[in-house]
Amino acid sequence: MDDHTASARASLGPERIASAAHPRNLGTPLHPEWFEGVGINLSAAERRAATLGARRSVKKDHQAAWLVKALTCIDLTTLAGDDTPGRVHRLCAKARRPLREDLVAALGLEDRPPTVGAVCVYPTMVRPAVAALRGSGIPVASVATGFPAGLTPLSQRLAEIRYAVDEGAEEIDIVITRAHALLGEWSALYDEVAAMRETCGGAHLKAILGTGDLRTLRNVYKASMVAMQAGADFIKTSTGKEEVNATLPVSLTMVRALRDYCEHTGHRVGFKPAGGLKTAKDALNWLVLMKEELGRPWLEPDLFRIGASSLLADIERQIEHWATGRYSSASHHAMA
Amino acid sequence: MPQVRDILDTMDYGTSPEASDVARAWLAAHGDGFGHFIEGAFTPPGDDTFDVSNPATGETLARVAQGSAADVDAAVAAAARAFPGWSATPGHVRARHLYALARLVQKRERFLAVLETLDNGKPIREARDIDVPLVARHFYHHAGWAELIETEFPGQVPVGVCGQIIPWNFPLLMLAWKIAPALAAGNTVVLKPAEFTPLTALAFAEICREAGLPPGVVNIVCGDGSTGAALVRHPCVAKVAFTGSTEVGRQIREATAGSGKKLSLELGGKSPFVVFADADLDAAVEGVVDAIWFNGGQVCCAGSRILVQEGVAERFYAKLRRRMATLRTGDPLDKSTDVGAIVAPVQLDRIRSLVAAGEAEGGTLFQADTDLPATGCFFPPSLFTDVEPASTVAEVEIFGPVAVAMTFRTLDEAVALGNNTRYGLAASIWSENIDLALDVAARVKAGVVWINATNVFDAAAGFGGFKESGFGREGGREGLEEYLTHPVREVKRASLTGRANGLSALPAGAPAASVALPTIDRTAKLFIGGKQVRPDGGHSTTVFGPRGAPLGQAALGNRKDIRNAVEAAEKAASWGATTGHSRAQVLYYVAENLSARASEFQDRLSLMTGASAEEAALEVEISVRRTFFYAAWADKYDGRVHATRARHVTLAMNESFGVMGLVCPDEAPLLALVSLLMPVLAMGNRAVLVPSPTHPLAATDLYQVLETSDVPPGVVNIVTGERDALAKTLAEHDGVAALWYAGPPDGIAAVERASAGNLKPTWASAHPPRDWFHAREAQGREYLRRATQVKNVWVPYGE
Repeated sequence: MDDHTASARASLGPERIASAAHPRNLGTPLHPEWFEGVGINLSAAERRAATLGARRSVKKDHQAAWLVKALTCIDLTTLAGDDTPGRVHRLCAKARRPLREDLVAALGLEDRPPTVGAVCVYPTMVRPAVAALRGSGIPVASVATGFPAGLTPLSQRLAEIRYAVDEGAEEIDIVITRAHALLGEWSALYDEVAAMRETCGGAHLKAILGTGDLRTLRNVYKASMVAMQAGADFIKTSTGKEEVNATLPVSLTMVRALRDYCEHTGHRVGFKPAGGLKTAKDALNWLVLMKEELGRPWLEPDLFRIGASSLLADIERQIEHWATGRYSSASHHAMA
Repeated sequence: MPQVRDILDTMDYGTSPEASDVARAWLAAHGDGFGHFIEGAFTPPGDDTFDVSNPATGETLARVAQGSAADVDAAVAAAARAFPGWSATPGHVRARHLYALARLVQKRERFLAVLETLDNGKPIREARDIDVPLVARHFYHHAGWAELIETEFPGQVPVGVCGQIIPWNFPLLMLAWKIAPALAAGNTVVLKPAEFTPLTALAFAEICREAGLPPGVVNIVCGDGSTGAALVRHPCVAKVAFTGSTEVGRQIREATAGSGKKLSLELGGKSPFVVFADADLDAAVEGVVDAIWFNGGQVCCAGSRILVQEGVAERFYAKLRRRMATLRTGDPLDKSTDVGAIVAPVQLDRIRSLVAAGEAEGGTLFQADTDLPATGCFFPPSLFTDVEPASTVAEVEIFGPVAVAMTFRTLDEAVALGNNTRYGLAASIWSENIDLALDVAARVKAGVVWINATNVFDAAAGFGGFKESGFGREGGREGLEEYLTHPVREVKRASLTGRANGLSALPAGAPAASVALPTIDRTAKLFIGGKQVRPDGGHSTTVFGPRGAPLGQAALGNRKDIRNAVEAAEKAASWGATTGHSRAQVLYYVAENLSARASEFQDRLSLMTGASAEEAALEVEISVRRTFFYAAWADKYDGRVHATRARHVTLAMNESFGVMGLVCPDEAPLLALVSLLMPVLAMGNRAVLVPSPTHPLAATDLYQVLETSDVPPGVVNIVTGERDALAKTLAEHDGVAALWYAGPPDGIAAVERASAGNLKPTWASAHPPRDWFHAREAQGREYLRRATQVKNVWVPYGE
């Protein structure tokens, strides 16, 4: 689980999910015994989460590198009712050149300037996004399946996936029916995600669990395991629209589920926290979580993404501070 | 230096050293060496000094004076001079002083944390995030107690000068645990920090000056064990508080025997860390990290014996080994270090030799594959499997980053293995089933129990051990009791002489009174296991009245009778498990039957002691009342729920000791016995009771009352005979968990010395002899407190 550096060296650019190093998750039949008796202790998870960031400190050049790494894992996102092709175009421009050139030079990365991991939009914004990113290698991810509530009829949700894929989305961020998890209808959840995975075809499926709605860590673990058994390429915390979005205890529970799944099947599944990661320090905490709980392979965009919109701006400012020794202003960096 | 592009590939953490410039500047300013802190000023370091070094590097940090007996004397004298003023200072004023100390600790937090890490070798994360915040918390909490003590502990007074000796594993935190409650209660202190780690105590001395603490209230004398011994033996020290090894704790118990000094000991442990199959195993793995690799395992309450349910053991071990691979051992000042340096070469050698013994005995050793620094005292995180309870490493406290793991099959076996140790400090229980977890918590013999957690501390909760982990508590209301006492009534010393030595097994010379119809001879036997039994030695002694007339015979019990009595008491464990209500019913019944036979007891007392009819009647009447009193308490001596952390229930439960020894005085032979026995029974203990040797017949009459009052067999056992010989056997008996002794001073000294074997708490007071007829002295909460030990159970909750 720790020799991933070969693929990491290949490119700093966007990396497709399921690289040669680890093929796509094939899923398994539903195995309730893998999760039914699971005990997740909230207080213990909180203690672990609270001290993770305090147990590891990344400073100076290492911090700069880690922030670049976080940047390359960002799914730069706009999911608002007032999105327009123009807004999406601006976002894509930022995705291509997230850092000012002088900062890229200071980092010594002119030959492989970093880009974000993907751009994430609504299905009707996929086409302009694909156009804006053409030639960059940056994939477009689309939310689908009645995002964010996911309560439209299944046939429409599947049709929405087909639409987004046809428009050029390479990754589909689906939302699960939270009711299935809340009512313990695991086979219904399994069938739903499996159908979505099949509909995705070559596009990769990221399963949004809506952890803020699931409430308990036990539910989070179980839903994670069912989504992976149904073939999810990534499991993702939140829509960003819930009351509580990505938290470290929830993320800890999901990555442990992911580790258990990997032990059961040998398949590596990716993890995407979304919503709530706003500062460079947040990004470092989550990278520490991935490194400590899963190991080096999960520090690359093919297995780790951060769903965020404002995080990038803070990373830019911190990298500028590293480069110049002066505190930076947001107005000195291009808007996303 | 790796470039950013290289780091992007490796994603290493790099180094992240904490700045030590401020601490080093402070050390440089004290380059001439440190003296002692006495009466608000530092003495010159003098010629007799020792070097203090950084265990991570071997560098010498400072030169510190070695405290002599004269230094200790000067410090104790200063504390004694300060005591009248400080103890008379209003609680509110003391609160302000403690509050100032808390604030100043916070304002110097980074300096203190770095200094601690330099001196002790613990990771800076721990010093910064755990030790120093807990120090401040302890002073804040006790600032509150200073404010409240007059109203919350009415009638109690400070003890006097406290001699406090602390270990090297949490130097500043243990200082806070000692000094904060002592000062809050109005005592003054002389504290001796550990020889390896005196620096933060000396920095704290400067903080005391900065805070304007009156001179002499806190005195700090540095030095080795000989300095500590001088402090322990100093006649003006009224209270000794020690945290350290069980071995030294024993020496202190022996050294203070008979001195009348109040004593609290917080000693070693080999605490079980119990993982049930239904636990959150990943959480439990992190628990192990915090249990045994916290502070390099140099923690008295470290969860060093991992007990895993057999069905999940291999999976758990695999998870644990994987986790060990990510532990970082090295530079303690690096903010990403998990395991720092071992405190000193001698400790490192001890760990190495114990680990070698573990391997030689067939244990399988797994060590994380980490690079250790080339120099300094480091030992890698280690895990032994394939060990058994009989293995050295499973039995001995290693005090290093070495865990041993064993399996169990059932809950009962987990409890049995958990309690299969001479220690009883802490336990950690991992299960998602609250019924199971609380069941184990109730049955494990440990002063601190964490459910789904480990090494969680707070000033509001008591900390301290059962069994050979010591006695007394630190923190919370129960901890404050250690620094308070009841005012002493002035009486003449003349009344203290014992008069109970040399019981004769020979036939009495004096003839019995000749009467027309002889009374039927009554044979007072021993009462063991609910049966009247003849003494093992086959001897009896004649009991005489006050004017020398023989009243009858009493059995001369010996050490084997004590052994049998303790065995019978051990078997009567269900007494402690039953409800307080049920015990109350039995005590009420005892009172009822005693009352019914009042005139018989009254006559007996008059004949034995020469008491007037009125006095004897009063003694019986009060004995009945006192029995009622403790029947009333049997279901009311509640524990507490401490206010510690958010979303935690921290239960302070009053638990019985189990088997207690009770040694009765000569005065008030019935009433004193009842006064000692009833609180002990009410709290669920079983008693082995030695009555007054000169007036034993009230006790032997009493067993008939017990027999008719539904007292279960073995709950009360009565062994008559030579008091001090029997008391010594009781004090030495490892199956006796606590001992009360009411007798002459030389007897107290002997009992306290003998108790050092299993470090049972003893309660003995000769000066003044209690006035058994007065409720204020002879009954009350103090008796209940002494008949119980507090177990703090931490139950975090949340789904």
